[in-house]
Amino acid sequence: MINREMIDASNLVAGVDKAFWIILSISFLFLIGLTIVMLYFVYKYNKKRHPKAVQIDGSVKLEIIWTGIPLILVMLMFYYGWKGYKPVTGPAPDGAMEITAVARMWNFQFQYENGKRTDTLYIPKDRPVKLNLKALDVIHGLSIPAFRVKSDMVPGRKDHSTWFIPQKEGKFDLFCTEYCGLNHSYMYTAAVVMPQEKFDKWYKDKSAAPVADKAAKPGAQGLALLQKTGCVACHSFNGTKLIGPTFKGIYGAKHVVKRGKEEVEITVDDEYIRKSIMDPNAEIVKGYKKGLMLSYKEQLTDKDVDLIIEYLKTLK
Amino acid sequence: MNQEVSFYEVKKYKTGILNWILSTDHKRIGLLYLYSILAFFIVGVCLGLAMKLELIAPGKTIMEAQTYNAVFTFHGIIMIFLIIIPGLPAVFGNFLLPIMIGAKDVAFPKLNLLSWWIYVLGAVVALMSQFMGDGPPDTGWTFYAPYSFKTSTTMLPAIIGAFILGFSSILTGLNFIVTIHRMRAPGMTWLKMPLFPWSLYATGWIQLLSTPIVGITLLMVVAERTMNIGFFDPALGGDPVLYQHLFWIYSHPAVYIMILPAMGTISEIIPTFSQKTIFGYKAVVASTLLIAFVGYFVWGHHMYTAGMSDTAVWLFSLMTFLVAIPSAVKVFNWIATMYKGSINLKVPLYWALGFLFLFMVGGLTGLVLGAVATDVQVHDTAFVVAHFHFVMFGGVGTAFFGAMHYWFPKMYGKMYDESWAKVGFYTFIVGFLLLYMPMFWLGMYGMPRRYYDYLEQFHGGNIISSFGALVLVAGLAIIIINLVTSARKGKKAEKDPWHGKTLEWQVDSPPTLENFDTIPVVEKGPYEY
Repeated sequence: MINREMIDASNLVAGVDKAFWIILSISFLFLIGLTIVMLYFVYKYNKKRHPKAVQIDGSVKLEIIWTGIPLILVMLMFYYGWKGYKPVTGPAPDGAMEITAVARMWNFQFQYENGKRTDTLYIPKDRPVKLNLKALDVIHGLSIPAFRVKSDMVPGRKDHSTWFIPQKEGKFDLFCTEYCGLNHSYMYTAAVVMPQEKFDKWYKDKSAAPVADKAAKPGAQGLALLQKTGCVACHSFNGTKLIGPTFKGIYGAKHVVKRGKEEVEITVDDEYIRKSIMDPNAEIVKGYKKGLMLSYKEQLTDKDVDLIIEYLKTLK
Repeated sequence: MNQEVSFYEVKKYKTGILNWILSTDHKRIGLLYLYSILAFFIVGVCLGLAMKLELIAPGKTIMEAQTYNAVFTFHGIIMIFLIIIPGLPAVFGNFLLPIMIGAKDVAFPKLNLLSWWIYVLGAVVALMSQFMGDGPPDTGWTFYAPYSFKTSTTMLPAIIGAFILGFSSILTGLNFIVTIHRMRAPGMTWLKMPLFPWSLYATGWIQLLSTPIVGITLLMVVAERTMNIGFFDPALGGDPVLYQHLFWIYSHPAVYIMILPAMGTISEIIPTFSQKTIFGYKAVVASTLLIAFVGYFVWGHHMYTAGMSDTAVWLFSLMTFLVAIPSAVKVFNWIATMYKGSINLKVPLYWALGFLFLFMVGGLTGLVLGAVATDVQVHDTAFVVAHFHFVMFGGVGTAFFGAMHYWFPKMYGKMYDESWAKVGFYTFIVGFLLLYMPMFWLGMYGMPRRYYDYLEQFHGGNIISSFGALVLVAGLAIIIINLVTSARKGKKAEKDPWHGKTLEWQVDSPPTLENFDTIPVVEKGPYEY
């Protein structure tokens, strides 16, 4: 709130910050005032200066005053607190850009109406943005502090959304605010606000992996997919054991997996990789925990999986 | 039985320890709680310090993310369930409530001992989660669904431990309510009762009425985990937000279980050291009862961003602002009590003044969290962590130390070293402010809570905060060492070192087994000088 660069990054900033200023200034005055009075009494009525206490039982008048005035002040705070929040309460205006934000341990994915999927929230300036909030596993939170936007993403809820109007170009931090396990503190990305024309150009660019350099070595698109889908939060490229097995040398490797109750040795091939992405808990590699990874059916197409397999083959 | 010797001298068993753990004397039980709580507190502080050291720099500093997540969970469970909730009522309530109302013991002494045993059992079960199965719990002390179902760490003992601890709390509450109703000395009408017993009375009702809700909720979690009944987990058709409602229906009133006895303590200390009757006795009593009552209707302010209806958000915000008023009224009355007093600036009053300042910061920043727009910005950030540490640690914690320094001569019959106590106090306050103040700023800039690692822009605030933690721990060490050595080697204390007027200052220090030779007859108000 104090940062000048942040001022009016969204339509909510003015109202929220007004509530901050009103509440914090009244609070500050009370804190300083009461502390000074308290210390003054301790000094003035110290037994050295004031050896005999004057017994005072109380005063109804004072009780009424110091109930009444704070009551008025807190009602004022309540009012501005509600007013600053009010814009979010109604439905998003017509013509809002609708984006579905999907959270899972431990990444965000943003799904656009034309099928574009990204790990960063790209949005046009000055146009209302409606975010449909979905979580696949546990509760996450979507917070863009510069916009004063925050909402929990609750698994199982289908109709939960929030909306705002970005008013400033730039890149803004976007955090997960609801504790969601091991890599909670690494579950952040950015909201990138672009002018409408620049956004349109980006929006129409149909390339599968907008973040990657397509001319790069074989499988680069697969790598980009792994990164933007968040696979790398749990699977390393360098052989380190994270939540899931490392990707290094995974293609063609032999692993013991648990199929139902029995343990079976399998070779990691196209079919196993596909199954591990679409139905990950069917066959879990021994030594890893079941239930941590969910199906990526809704986030990756068959073609995406092909690209990923092509890339995994290169990781010797 | 010889009434002249202190309760420490009365021994039923040959083995020393049995005289403690099988005693039904409210004073011994109070001390049992004190020593158990002190042991857990030292563990909780070490865990808190470990977190702050991890956060002194971005990236891994001293531990892995999984360890950090387990550490903040354990820190929360210990501090909330094992220390602050039982805290003041179990230690000072047990030791002093009967004496302050002129009784020989609580109404149900055996039940009282049972509640300590249940406390120990609950604590042991909760601690087992640290050493069993696939590692210590990593959900945070709130056990939010559905993460608490998804995690592979050992949840059940922690949850069952919290469930068992609830019974200890219920029994203590019940015992105090009955004691206050039935056992006040002749002449002590309700409005002649001191304010600390009043606060225990209000607290007792919250313990009795709201603890069963968390009990049921935790049982539902156990049923869901073991029998796959879908209450809260959407994968089984449950609703995670329902869990939050049930959890906070208890856990918000629980905040008042913690703070009301702290307020009661301050209401004792300030009149004594001002040598003056409390300003607005009836207003203080009324505000205690109002806080206990209105406190039931504000739980939703933990959930503004959880996707409740806007009407619910509106209403919970309004109720939250209303509950602020009785707390403010108390602060005004405390400060007015010092007006034209004859102030004896001793260590307990230092702590009361420290309480007032830190509690005001905690309470006023609570207004930021009560207002919807501002809460949405700082919810689930470091701001919230700073706020509740100001209220819980700065409020309840300082009141506990205040109570400790106020009633120490009564409990041990010894006096502590006052200059070391002051050094400890100042170190504590400086460390406290350095530790928690920067977190308000970090939160407003958006740093989420329960964060193992953070972006570079949050580094500065975290350095100050971690440094503050070191200072704070030094302060705590000075305070505790001073009290422990004084309990053993301090100078003998007088019966009434502070010139207090409440009944506990009329009995011996330490008190005899049955407190009073003859039950006193009360004719005056509690603070009539």
